[in-house]
Amino acid sequence: MAIVRANVLICAGSACVSSRAYEFKDALLRALEEAGIREEVNVVDTGCVGTCDLGPVAIVYPDDVFYVRLKPEDAKMIVNEHLLKGRIVNRLLYQEPITKEVFPSLSEIDFVAKQRRIVLRNMGIINPESIEEYIAREGYQALATALTMTPEEVIDIVKRSGLRGRGGAGFSTGLKWELTRKAVGSPKYVICNGDEGDPGAFMDRSILEGDPHSVIEGMMIAGYAVGASKGFFYVRAEYPLAIKRLEIALEQARSYGLMGENILGTDFSFDIELRRGSGAFVCGEETALIASIEGKRGEPRPRPPYPANRGLWGKPTVINNVETLANVAPIILNGAEWFSSIGTEKSKGTKVFALAGKVNNTGLIEVPFGTTLREIIFEVGGGIPGGKKFKAAQTGGPSGGCIPADYLDLPLDYESLKQIGAIVGSGGLIIMDEDTCMVDVARFFLEFTQSESCGKCPPCRVGTRKMLDILERIINGEGEEGDIERLIELGNEIKQDSLCGLGQTAPNPVLSTIRFFRDEYEAHIKEKRCPAKSCRALIAYQVIPDKCKGCGICARICPVGAAQGKPREIHFIDKDLCIKCGDCFAKCPFGAIEKIDIFSQKT
Amino acid sequence: MKSLEDLKRIRERAQAQIRLRTQESNTKIIVGMGTCGIAAGARETLMAILDELSKRNIQDVVVTQTGCVGLCEYEPLVNVIKPGQPKITYMKVTPEKARQIIASHIVNDQVINEWVLSTEEGA
Repeated sequence: MAIVRANVLICAGSACVSSRAYEFKDALLRALEEAGIREEVNVVDTGCVGTCDLGPVAIVYPDDVFYVRLKPEDAKMIVNEHLLKGRIVNRLLYQEPITKEVFPSLSEIDFVAKQRRIVLRNMGIINPESIEEYIAREGYQALATALTMTPEEVIDIVKRSGLRGRGGAGFSTGLKWELTRKAVGSPKYVICNGDEGDPGAFMDRSILEGDPHSVIEGMMIAGYAVGASKGFFYVRAEYPLAIKRLEIALEQARSYGLMGENILGTDFSFDIELRRGSGAFVCGEETALIASIEGKRGEPRPRPPYPANRGLWGKPTVINNVETLANVAPIILNGAEWFSSIGTEKSKGTKVFALAGKVNNTGLIEVPFGTTLREIIFEVGGGIPGGKKFKAAQTGGPSGGCIPADYLDLPLDYESLKQIGAIVGSGGLIIMDEDTCMVDVARFFLEFTQSESCGKCPPCRVGTRKMLDILERIINGEGEEGDIERLIELGNEIKQDSLCGLGQTAPNPVLSTIRFFRDEYEAHIKEKRCPAKSCRALIAYQVIPDKCKGCGICARICPVGAAQGKPREIHFIDKDLCIKCGDCFAKCPFGAIEKIDIFSQKT
Repeated sequence: MKSLEDLKRIRERAQAQIRLRTQESNTKIIVGMGTCGIAAGARETLMAILDELSKRNIQDVVVTQTGCVGLCEYEPLVNVIKPGQPKITYMKVTPEKARQIIASHIVNDQVINEWVLSTEEGA
């Protein structure tokens, strides 16, 4: 056997794959072949490292060097310089966006150094398609340990650990298991909810892609605890890579005898079936999800009875989120006290967030509960691009609310967020800067939930439509006195009267932006002015004569010929032709184009 | 897999596969692999080191390379850094010498003084 002296781990999460990670991998393999060191270097796919905006990324071990934004052309350089001669290729290292400091190792970068990785423990270390590499990292040891305990003991550990559902509602996982265990009926089922649907959220996808066995193991422990021998994965069909890796993982677990009859020589038998969801947002709601698995239309039903008593095919069913299940094995291995020592008083452990929007380091992060938004945005996230001002963060996607700048130092957990009208949610975290219009943000999320409303109950189906109509009027400068009050009234009624979580939370983004940014709504309605200068119907673009050098760039890029002028003369924008795409504003090298409010007197 | 022992056996085998990625660096062997080093035979030296380590089943040693340090006439250069000890630089390390360095310095903690070019404290 050849002696392997280096490992190159290439991030094979969806983000890196779509920015051509596999082309880089092919080029790397060719370059290793050409250099004659193919045998000495192991090239391995790994799960999402989290630094999605830097992709494709790779880590070279044992040196622990982290390369970013790799192109196929860079492969030769890495082979000839680093792998052959031991010289780190500096130009491919990560550069801190503000200080411009260069970091060779992933673990030194603030983005990673400030995190605490429990769920993401194997990302960047193992190959998600290899069960052996998972086993090398204590994989399936927790299952083996759990099988030596009674189911009640397992439930007790999970209860005492303080683990709560990571899908959004935050119900105690151990209690859920206990209710299902005690429920009358047989057989019982375990379902893993992988129907991640919030815009901008990709935690569950990354976990399934990067460490599928950790979720499978958690699910099997749940099965043992509640007394089930059959489990279902429900994953969106839009996650092909996650599905492929899950299928591989399930097959490997079966062929290694870790799934099936009499697991590890005990009486416990368990198998898992994979079901694809067609991407209806409402199927993330547990009763709709169960209906979908049963082959029925994905519509929710009133609760109670809860799935713990009447779930899949009317049988007791425990339904847990992907991230929740990925927490189970470490809790069994390290104990309830270890887990409950992390986090805040009522929110234990860590939370994975998908960091997106106006922040320098977008990607996947995991931080303990109790971390402040300031730490997440300015330390892990590396701050706001272009030195702009932070305005608000949206948590919980279309079911959540916004956190304004006043609460930057609020320790984030289930309770603190609920208090200010937001939620932890499944973990989408969208950062907005001063250029974001909060009315438009509310409209965006409501448009999403409105179109995803299943239509079964009128408060959600009709109510969200009415709210959306009002918001669209406001954004188009046709808002009326009393609109804000109407939105609040409608919102509260929809929350109260809707059948399921979708409708009960749909008004949240609107109510929360009204609560913290009412002045922006009022400016739109009373002055017909968008304070962030973002709503197209309320702004116009014009040339600042003093700054224009007549370079003609705006005239060249304008798609409708609205920007006009002779070379070297001051240009102008024909407001009748202008479609307000903003291209000229973004591209003018002299900053000679400004946005003005149409309906107010002065800029 | 039918028992805990089977799981343990697979784990031990698999841990060797990912050793390079997970271990805390204890002892380090650094081979000079600049153009000068390679011309002087550093590749053969490197391969001999890896081969010897694997023959002896030594797992807690990290082998990496470095570029030219400006001492081209003494290449191939091999640095050995043990935790809490000064960095020892060996000069003109042939594959045979490399194997002896592993036997003597890595395994038995005996520096081979006659081949040492320099000793650097606190490296």
